[in-house]
Amino acid sequence: MKIEAKNVHVYYGSDHVLKGVTLSIKKNTVTALIGPSGCGKSTFLRCFNRMNDLIENARVEGEIMIEGVDIYHPKINVNELRKTVGMVFQKPNPFPKSIFENVAYGLRVNGVKDQALIDEKVESSLRGAALWDEVKDKLKKSALALSGGQQQRLCIARALAVEPSVLLMDEPASALDPISSIKIEELIYSLKANYTILIVTHNMQQASRTSDKTAFFYMGDLVEYDDTRTLFTNPKKERTQNYITGRFG
Amino acid sequence: MGKKGKGKIKKRLKYFSNTRVYEYQDQAFKYFGLCCTLIGVVVLMLLLGDVLYRGLSRLDWDFIMGLPSRRAAKAGIYTAWVGTLWIMVLTAVIAFPIGISAGLYLEEYNKKSRLSNIIEINIANLAGVPSIIYGLLGLELFARALKLGESVLTGALTLSLLILPIIIVSTREALKAVPYSIREGSYALGASKWQTIWYQVLPAAVSGIFTGVILSLSRAIGETAPLIVIGALTFVPFVPESVMDSFTVLPIQIFNWVSRPQKEFSENAAAAIIILLSITFIMNGIAVYIRHKWQKKVKW
Repeated sequence: MKIEAKNVHVYYGSDHVLKGVTLSIKKNTVTALIGPSGCGKSTFLRCFNRMNDLIENARVEGEIMIEGVDIYHPKINVNELRKTVGMVFQKPNPFPKSIFENVAYGLRVNGVKDQALIDEKVESSLRGAALWDEVKDKLKKSALALSGGQQQRLCIARALAVEPSVLLMDEPASALDPISSIKIEELIYSLKANYTILIVTHNMQQASRTSDKTAFFYMGDLVEYDDTRTLFTNPKKERTQNYITGRFG
Repeated sequence: MGKKGKGKIKKRLKYFSNTRVYEYQDQAFKYFGLCCTLIGVVVLMLLLGDVLYRGLSRLDWDFIMGLPSRRAAKAGIYTAWVGTLWIMVLTAVIAFPIGISAGLYLEEYNKKSRLSNIIEINIANLAGVPSIIYGLLGLELFARALKLGESVLTGALTLSLLILPIIIVSTREALKAVPYSIREGSYALGASKWQTIWYQVLPAAVSGIFTGVILSLSRAIGETAPLIVIGALTFVPFVPESVMDSFTVLPIQIFNWVSRPQKEFSENAAAAIIILLSITFIMNGIAVYIRHKWQKKVKW
């Protein structure tokens, strides 16, 4: 097992937003987290790179092990953790710098000074994110001039550059048009070979197309967790059935 | 549609015909607002015209490079504008790092607490304290307690205190304008807080910060009251050569000339006002330019 969450609770102040979630995720798989807004799926995703630490009054209880390491252990260096567990956000958030610098940033903050190595890494990351051919002639141009879909793939390239082993994606295609969205899905599929991916999505088709396993959340509880095919064709819980058929949520 | 229904519609139309009144209100306010705007602009134009009319003929190289004199025709503003320059540079050197650091701390590091609320309210209040109070503080603290006397340093320290709240507030506003998603993106790549601030937040906020500090500095060089209180002299026949020398500045020189009864001196004052206004306008122009350039470059 690659990732294991045991009895994870999250509180925002007095709000109990995640109520004891336990699940384990295999290496090099795609896991979709689905559920209605406010069900705690994004909060759960943010537990794995400890982004919840940045929110005042947020408290995480329980245990999350990645490759057997307890990531909430007091001796864990959070910055190191975030290099191992990359993240892509809902809205593309490129830095207001050049395309090249966006990808190189993760390397630079980690103390990489060797320019040849940075050049090489930027190219391989952009290739990995299926963006290289579109931007190779304008690496010095501002990242903000790219289209929304390109910006999102740039953000994926940026995350790949620091060589994570896990990728967290928080509704990565929800702000994009259908064609860009399909490109991101294809990308997710190809990244699976090298990364363990967790993806939050509101799009049922996207979840069923891209993921191996699906977890359905409702009101802070993990209602059902199963192979994606099983969960979508033969859910065991009625609530899951109602949600995936569009009867609520 | 029955008789009853028609009656209802009539009633409704009558009811809604009142909206005509709102249209008049809208028009009335539009013209009222235009008048208010014009008052400001027209008064400023009159003021400028008057000053130019009176002072332009007096303005020449000898006036700018001339030392002060008891005779109006011979007097110049050399020591005054050099003093203003000294004060400007020294105030910037003292106030900018402190103000920007404080703004950075309050916005990025400070956690919400009762103490931080009190600090924030106090800073906002300090921005509204009359400048003469700062002058008195400067006199007691810098001139007397720290024995710095009537020096350039005392003046610059006093004006630094005066503009610190403005710098802090504008720094915080500029930092607030940087979207949280940029910080998140940086943290998610394993950057530390310091790296995130230094490499992402500050560069994105730098134009906003500069706009604020330049405007605060142009306010500082126009200040007269606090400098009079700390004892800046009106008759200084030499330019300051170190931060411990006594000094005068343009507003004090203007104040001094305006208070003389002779007509020649008021011409001198008008000419000096042109120079002072030019400096302020140039600085404001730089601030506007930076802001404009920044807005074009960065769109979130």
